[in-house]
Amino acid sequence: MSEAMAARRTVSVTVNGVAHERVIDARLTLVDFLRGELGMTGTHVGCEHGLCGACTVLLDGQAVRSCILLAVQADGAAITTVEGLATGGQLHPIQEAFMEAHGLQCGFCTPGFLMAVTELLEGTPDPTEDEIRDVLGGNLCRCTGYEAILASVKLAAAKLRALRGTVAGDG
Amino acid sequence: MKPPPFEYGVAESVGEAVALLQRYDGEARVLAGGQSLVPLLNMRLARPAALIDLNRVRELDFVRASGNTITIGAMTRQRSVERSPDVQRQNALLHAATQNIGHPQIRNRGTMGGSLAHAHPASEYQAAAVALDARFTLAGPSGTRSVDAAEFFVTYLTTAIEPDEVLTEIAWPALSPGAGWSLIEVARRHGDFALAGVAATLTPDARGRCAEARIALFGVGPTALRARGAERTLTGAALEGGVFDEAAVSAEREIDEPPSDVHASGEYRRHLVGVLTRRALREAAARAGVATSTGVA
Ligand SMILES: Cc1cc2nc3c(=O)[nH]c(=O)nc-3n(C[C@H](O)[C@H](O)[C@H](O)COP(=O)(O)OP(=O)(O)OC[C@H]3O[C@@H](n4cnc5c(N)ncnc54)[C@H](O)[C@@H]3O)c2cc1C
Ligand code: FES
Ligand code: FES
Repeated sequence: MSEAMAARRTVSVTVNGVAHERVIDARLTLVDFLRGELGMTGTHVGCEHGLCGACTVLLDGQAVRSCILLAVQADGAAITTVEGLATGGQLHPIQEAFMEAHGLQCGFCTPGFLMAVTELLEGTPDPTEDEIRDVLGGNLCRCTGYEAILASVKLAAAKLRALRGTVAGDG
Repeated sequence: MKPPPFEYGVAESVGEAVALLQRYDGEARVLAGGQSLVPLLNMRLARPAALIDLNRVRELDFVRASGNTITIGAMTRQRSVERSPDVQRQNALLHAATQNIGHPQIRNRGTMGGSLAHAHPASEYQAAAVALDARFTLAGPSGTRSVDAAEFFVTYLTTAIEPDEVLTEIAWPALSPGAGWSLIEVARRHGDFALAGVAATLTPDARGRCAEARIALFGVGPTALRARGAERTLTGAALEGGVFDEAAVSAEREIDEPPSDVHASGEYRRHLVGVLTRRALREAAARAGVATSTGVA
């Protein structure tokens, strides 16, 4: 056993490249850890039981629900939240695409969508519509309507491909 | 919507997990992907004294193909199963079952063993296991034992796993050579648990008659169940329109009163069993290369 059984434990995680260590209750979910312990409220929390996807973050690059992952389980992992997308005041191309193609209204669901789409486009730069829908189906939006979100993802994929093309051309 | 307090520990081997389960004497639960257990904790429908995390038990994360069987470790993520070339090649039904589980975001964490141990009656893995007669290996204080699907699924959310046992691996027989398969379900939204579903395989003989039929119905009773009467109707018959209708009527009659809830009435679920059985059989026959008069409905 790496450590004995206990109700409180030390957890060390890297969030958007910054290392954090805290002693926490084992029952604390990752989303409550991010919001409550680290004060990073970009990750939203909706249903708190795995249904809506608002709390999606990347755990070692994979999109997961942070409301049904215990923070202690993320020990040693690298987490990316929506706060990690923009760099130096410059929105990430996926964020730009959501803005330009009207992929959000109230924005409550948006951090979750952005993180799920980040994983998708990282592994599948030119996804089919079915592949996009499979991922979007995992997140609920109550106000925008999914067509605009679908259009945003297609625009985001095109932007990222163009960027990668430029980078590859430069190199 | 916060979990109640519990003690937490990380097991690094099956032996360690079993020893900890013994120590808590029925009061501890193992934690796999957490995609069913943590929602239950958040809703306080489960209040274990301790959680034993299996996520670092490396020996339970594998897909091993040999001869006519694929053996998969209980802690293998559904996403890894979905991407396994062995599964795609040897067991298209299992591949399709995996793709029907929730969404990629769920399959990234959810495990094969967790889904089967949770034993939700609308689980696609349970349906596939019942259809294909998968075998389950359980490890406990006195060693390991093996149980078949019929024995493993006891009732709604209940399996043959004892409180001090861990499900370690599941052996999936390959589809018979030349078999066609189908897995179809009706759900309110893609990725939701099915209101009703059918997993089926059909193996034709050289003359296009049915050598073997396997039909599992799911979401319509306490566990997935085989439509044995429908299977008998098919066996030996020419695989074409009329016999599929007969089998569908039989399947509809074979189930007890299906559950009624806010999502669907029992009557509607029974109706779906008939419709989906007919469609699944046509699709399986088409995939087996047997031309059907009406094609896939
Ligand atoms: C939004 C959403 C949609 C979903 N849609 C579907 C769907 O369409 N179809 C479907 O089938 N499922 C669906 N699921 C459930 C999903 O498949 C879960 O992954 C699965 O039910 C549980 O697997 P897990 O690895 O997360 O197990 P956990 O949640 O960690 O555990 C579940 C139970 O099994 C026990 N357990 C786990 N592993 C073992 C083991 N090795 N030995 C003994 N006991 C064990 C645990 O103690 C617990 O009681 C959905 C879940 C969500 C949140
Ligand atoms: S808040 Fe996590 S899925 Fe809804
Ligand atoms: S933008 Fe309001 S919920 Fe999606």
